[in-house]
Amino acid sequence: MEAIERRVNYLNVDHGIRSWLLTVDHKRIGLLYLVSITIMFFLGSLMAGAVRAELLTPQGDLMQSDTYNKAFTLHGIIMVFFFLIPSIPAVLGNFLLPIMIGAKDLAFPRLNLLSWYVYIVGASIGIAATIGGGLDTGWTMYTPYSTGYATTNVVFPALGIFITGFSSILTGLNFIVTVHKMRAPGLTWFRMPLFVWAHYATSLVMILGTPVIAITVLMVGLDRGLGLGIFDPKAGGDPVLFQHLFWFYSHPAVYIMILPAMGVISEVIPAFSKKRIFGYGFIAASSLAIALIGFLVWGHHMFTTTQSMYAALVFSVLTFAVAIPSAVKVFNWTATLYKGAVSFEAPMIYALGFIGLFLVGGLTGLFLGALGLDLHVHDTYFVVAHFHYIMVGGAIMGYMAGLHFWWPKITGRMYNDLAAKAAALLIFVGFNLTFFPQFIAGYAGMPRRYHYYPEEYQVLNVLSTAGASVLGLGYLLPLFYLLFSLRFGRHAGRNPWGAFGLEWMIESPPTPHNFDHTPTVTWEPYDYPEMHKLPTRIGESRSHVTLAEGQPTPPEGLAHV
Amino acid sequence: MSDTATRLQHHFANEEQQLDASTFGMWVFLVTEILFFGAVFCAYIVYRTHYPEVFAHGAHHLDVVLGAFNTVVLIASSLTMAMAVHSARVDEQRDLARYLVGTMFLGLVFLGVKAYEYTHKFHEGLFPGNFFYQADDAPLQRLFFSIYFTLTGLHAVHMIIGIAILAVILVQAMRHHYGPRWHTPVEIMGLYWHFVDLVWIFLFPLLYLIGRHG
Amino acid sequence: MFLSLFLFPPQASTHAFEVDALYVFLIVLCSAVALGVVISMLTFAYRFRRRAGNTIGADIHGNTPLELVWSFIPFVAVMFIFVWGASLYFKLSRPPDNAMEVFVTGKQWMWKIQHMAGRREINELHVPVGVPVKLTMTSEDVIHSFFVPAFRVKADVVPGHYSTTWFEATELGTYHLFCAEYCGTEHSRMIGRVVVMEPAEYQTWLTTGNVTDVAAGGGMATAMATSTGQAASPAKVGEQLFLEKACQTCHLTSPGGIGPQLGGLAGHTVELATGETVTADDAYIRESILTPMAKLVKGYPPVMPTFAGQLSEEQTRALVEYVKSLRAEPGAGEATAVDARQQVGVQ
Repeated sequence: MEAIERRVNYLNVDHGIRSWLLTVDHKRIGLLYLVSITIMFFLGSLMAGAVRAELLTPQGDLMQSDTYNKAFTLHGIIMVFFFLIPSIPAVLGNFLLPIMIGAKDLAFPRLNLLSWYVYIVGASIGIAATIGGGLDTGWTMYTPYSTGYATTNVVFPALGIFITGFSSILTGLNFIVTVHKMRAPGLTWFRMPLFVWAHYATSLVMILGTPVIAITVLMVGLDRGLGLGIFDPKAGGDPVLFQHLFWFYSHPAVYIMILPAMGVISEVIPAFSKKRIFGYGFIAASSLAIALIGFLVWGHHMFTTTQSMYAALVFSVLTFAVAIPSAVKVFNWTATLYKGAVSFEAPMIYALGFIGLFLVGGLTGLFLGALGLDLHVHDTYFVVAHFHYIMVGGAIMGYMAGLHFWWPKITGRMYNDLAAKAAALLIFVGFNLTFFPQFIAGYAGMPRRYHYYPEEYQVLNVLSTAGASVLGLGYLLPLFYLLFSLRFGRHAGRNPWGAFGLEWMIESPPTPHNFDHTPTVTWEPYDYPEMHKLPTRIGESRSHVTLAEGQPTPPEGLAHV
Repeated sequence: MSDTATRLQHHFANEEQQLDASTFGMWVFLVTEILFFGAVFCAYIVYRTHYPEVFAHGAHHLDVVLGAFNTVVLIASSLTMAMAVHSARVDEQRDLARYLVGTMFLGLVFLGVKAYEYTHKFHEGLFPGNFFYQADDAPLQRLFFSIYFTLTGLHAVHMIIGIAILAVILVQAMRHHYGPRWHTPVEIMGLYWHFVDLVWIFLFPLLYLIGRHG
Repeated sequence: MFLSLFLFPPQASTHAFEVDALYVFLIVLCSAVALGVVISMLTFAYRFRRRAGNTIGADIHGNTPLELVWSFIPFVAVMFIFVWGASLYFKLSRPPDNAMEVFVTGKQWMWKIQHMAGRREINELHVPVGVPVKLTMTSEDVIHSFFVPAFRVKADVVPGHYSTTWFEATELGTYHLFCAEYCGTEHSRMIGRVVVMEPAEYQTWLTTGNVTDVAAGGGMATAMATSTGQAASPAKVGEQLFLEKACQTCHLTSPGGIGPQLGGLAGHTVELATGETVTADDAYIRESILTPMAKLVKGYPPVMPTFAGQLSEEQTRALVEYVKSLRAEPGAGEATAVDARQQVGVQ
């Protein structure tokens, strides 16, 4: 353990603010993202808190309608664009993707740093504008309200989202090139961890979808600033065209959030079952299927608009089709537990929680995809509950599972497992208490984005707000025990969970270049039965290599040029 | 930095991998560019289908001669760009600089003509939005010009960015940064430049020519 | 019933029961799936919990037939749900021919409603029980959405479009009317109520103007109706506007006008200058009034001024109703605009 302390790693290799702000190390950039999105998360949560507090009573007595509208708009914009979309890919993906494929960095390290700066600039403009003047269009910024009628400042938040989009495009581009061109010798496509597959699929969505939302919000900005009138019915424009372009990105954006979370779960479940993932091929293929079919279902956000009946039918049937690969994943994760050697450390608790919540989110998606039923529940709290089950219950739970799983690798320290489990439980209970009542309120007819609401919905709203306070507490806890672990946590060692994968064969925290030698991969993923035959360390300079007792020499990496 | 042998970044195994990654990266970027323009093209298609008369009428306000001239200019610039890449590969340093200058010059000519067209449109009151004061069937004509200015404006922004990057590459080329072993930036810049030309090849007929029969 | 109050809004239309049936079916199905997964997950996790530090799980790669089965069965299930949902949607997309029509205009932040007999109301909709009602809706400003939970009916109200939906109320009573699409500051105040009455009572209400004792917005509607006495029907209002705007100087009732003849136009096919043909439905007539250049009728010069910005949606609607009410001139037979042009000769 002492030896580990003295070893040069990516954290202690350099010091000072400059060394962080100018770093091109994917691991440090991951941490830059971690800090930024954590701030965004708590900002967004604060807004959610304001919304929930207001909805305690039907009279709207805590704030003005304008303020309320700004609060939920800000909540949506921060959470979607500045937290959820970068969350897993930009933090965990950035940190782990190169390591998992045996690379020393992403293909374009400087582009990676640039993407963080672009994100910071975009987010700052967005936040400054929304806090400064406020924005009351809802995160969807539907035209012609946003272009002609909103009295708030639309141009600057639109600019912020436009700029942030490029950060996402750069990350996706970097991941795709890295996966194609930087894999270590022997790491064939079907030896890639499922986390990498999930990020590959996510990156496809990022590069194909993000440009469309970028140009669309730009057009909204131009419409608003110069009066172009592209979406303005008074100028002959079609406001519904905006919705098509908006959802062409914003529906797949849900997959940008959930696919990486699925990737995390596909790592955590085998690690804590000490067992090969059930049906690797099906899970990998389902990620791609979700990403691709996911591009063809955007119209299901518009069943109540003026789109043609036949278009609605096509979008509906495709929406049901995209449910299948998600279902396959859930079944396969469950089957992975069968005849495993299951243990219940905190990451596993989060992962099991993910499956439960994602299940509810996914199944209620079927209600919304059913055309006749959607006409009733569309734009009600039923939808709000559904997408929170996916985006909070799914994506954030997955993010928490991943953060807890790889925290020892990232920081080299263990956190308090009991505290982490307590937080997981609080989050699970608080989450369900917050959002389950919203399904009921939604079916009973309560429309979303309502500041005042009829009294019969109050009981459900009080329950929901009560749940939100539990949930908030649950999210605060990790802040404490994780920070505490940085100083007081015990050293993690290379592989605290006994998990399979390249990232567990290198130091915690990793050395600046991950591997001194590029490793050669000779094994199938998740091959727990054969794990004892593999080296416990890889890619290190000879002087550091110590082998597990009685093991053959580790495969020699390519010579570093 | 001028030594062509040490351009290998630490995380690549060899130069081939590095060139491969960069080229592939540019292709992926161009895919995002297609979707970027694609959204506006999509708006174009929707409105053209809905208001064919208006779009035909709008095309009459555009100067085909200038548009055609600009098309020729851009195609020529693609040629000079391709020659620049070739010169870098065969280590013709002077030709490389010459062709880069030529490409930038043609790009500037294109932008100059475009600026002239824009000014003219502005005087005619065809600039969209709040500055639009064309009287005849104004509300819908404005839609055509909104899309015209958005598409050509986006294209022009791409040209400006391209010329700026070319300027940087030119400075480096004059310091003999590029040669047979190392010319990745010239190469991927070439891809970008051809793409921007290609966009114009679509824009010209869609905006200037369609609906013009006599 | 506490439960039904809590879980379901009142079932007050023919459609409501059918939607609830699908909803309940989905709840049962999804609960079964969710319970199945969660129970097997917890069972596996407990039964195969790690007892000793170094044990590893069984060496299982997967089971392709099994995975195909659990891909295929859900596929069949979701396709079944799709067909069920789509059939409901079909029904809701096609108003019966005998439906009574009501015109709805959304406007920040109120619902303006006009009955074909002429009676207007604000934030209230009175309908007879047991009669299919078709709503034709548009918006003066931003997108709104007309939502009556008790009828399980929702349709967006989009500026520049006519959207339609329909329902047949089955229970007397008063129900919520919500705006479901976010439309600005007072979005949550853009609410009202739907009053379902006996048909006879509805008829009296239509003609007398102050049958029910209405609250809030309804008061305004009543005031309007009484101040104008017996409200004029939209077609009547349209006729007045037609004269006021001097439409008849070009759209003659006899051949030879500068513009096409309008008698018998509604519902017929019109040939455009581009060679395309369109059906003269409400949306087409509306567009031709507001932006005449969008679709020029073949053989007529593009000289009609635009009326966009000069007419409110309600006035436009009145004109549309008037144009629809015009019968073909005697002698011209089933004259359409195309026929009219042919009689005139190409200009």
